[in-house]
Amino acid sequence: MKTIKQKLIIPIIAIALVSVTACKDGSKNEPAAPMSNEMHKENPNHDNSDGHHDGQNMEMAMNGDGNGQAVLNDYFNLKNALVGDDNGKAKELGATLATSLGDFDASQYTDTQQSELKDIVEDAVEHAEHISESDIAHQREHFKILSKDVTDMVAITGTENTLYQQFCPMYDGGSAWLSMSKDVKNPYYGSQMLNCGKVQKEIN
Amino acid sequence: MKIVKIIAIVLLVAFVGIQFIPTTRNQSDTVPSTDFMLVNNVPETIQKKLQVSCYDCHSNNTQYPWYNKIQPVAWFLEDHIKEGKAELNFNEWDSLSSRRKASKLRSIIKQIENGEMPLDSYTFIHKDAKFSEAETEELISFITQLKDSL
Repeated sequence: MKTIKQKLIIPIIAIALVSVTACKDGSKNEPAAPMSNEMHKENPNHDNSDGHHDGQNMEMAMNGDGNGQAVLNDYFNLKNALVGDDNGKAKELGATLATSLGDFDASQYTDTQQSELKDIVEDAVEHAEHISESDIAHQREHFKILSKDVTDMVAITGTENTLYQQFCPMYDGGSAWLSMSKDVKNPYYGSQMLNCGKVQKEIN
Repeated sequence: MKIVKIIAIVLLVAFVGIQFIPTTRNQSDTVPSTDFMLVNNVPETIQKKLQVSCYDCHSNNTQYPWYNKIQPVAWFLEDHIKEGKAELNFNEWDSLSSRRKASKLRSIIKQIENGEMPLDSYTFIHKDAKFSEAETEELISFITQLKDSL
């Protein structure tokens, strides 16, 4: 009789252990109140995301007033991080750019422009967010499409400074990006092929 | 022996207890008119493959195997589906602008090419969700064509 019990108990423990360790909470002590465990589990998550937003708000304050120029500045900072092969910094700057894109105010443009800008911003935010959580190879993939978005955006908003659209024929069948300077510094290859590319267009 | 027994009972109660925590089921009877398959002319083989390999997490309707109704597996799955649908929901395909469609198609190509999708944790159980080399090629050429036609 005892051995049968033992045989039964072991798989039960095993199942229970798996379930308890997998949900990472203290249900062992409070089996009668599973709902409150669930809430405990969620609270730290909320705290984390709030902390994250605070950090973003601080960056935002430094970027100014939610216009196209703020987006461009953040884009160039991100580009420079990729030129410097700096994955960590690009993550941070991707998040910053996502915020300034979100703050972008299109109200001064015509209806057609507004709807196009909204579309561009939506797409760009997604890429910026992915950049904020990816390895550098992925960041560069997203940066390619992000660059297209920002270029299309500038075509509508214009720019205070002269920009240079540069082009590297080697990366992913040919990829463009924007730069403040005429000098080619390649964000897709970084130090691996720093000067690969050419100026394709001047944007005033 | 007594302690072991008590622990076992407590754990068992905990296991049973968590089964009562509600989860959101990702299930729907209707396929909206914005669905990827309805607005694009998708070859039948690719339709089938997308259904089996992608739609469980990237649409409003998941085919749940029985063990996915058991906690904590269900939680794990709920999270994945939520994330998957936020990234891409094939059911809502046509509500995207051309720009966003192109972006999504590009991501689909990259992720399939790099073997990032379907997730390993998914193909581990759903063996038929894996892409053979020929299937990968067929899908990528179809998606590329679709992207270029936008």
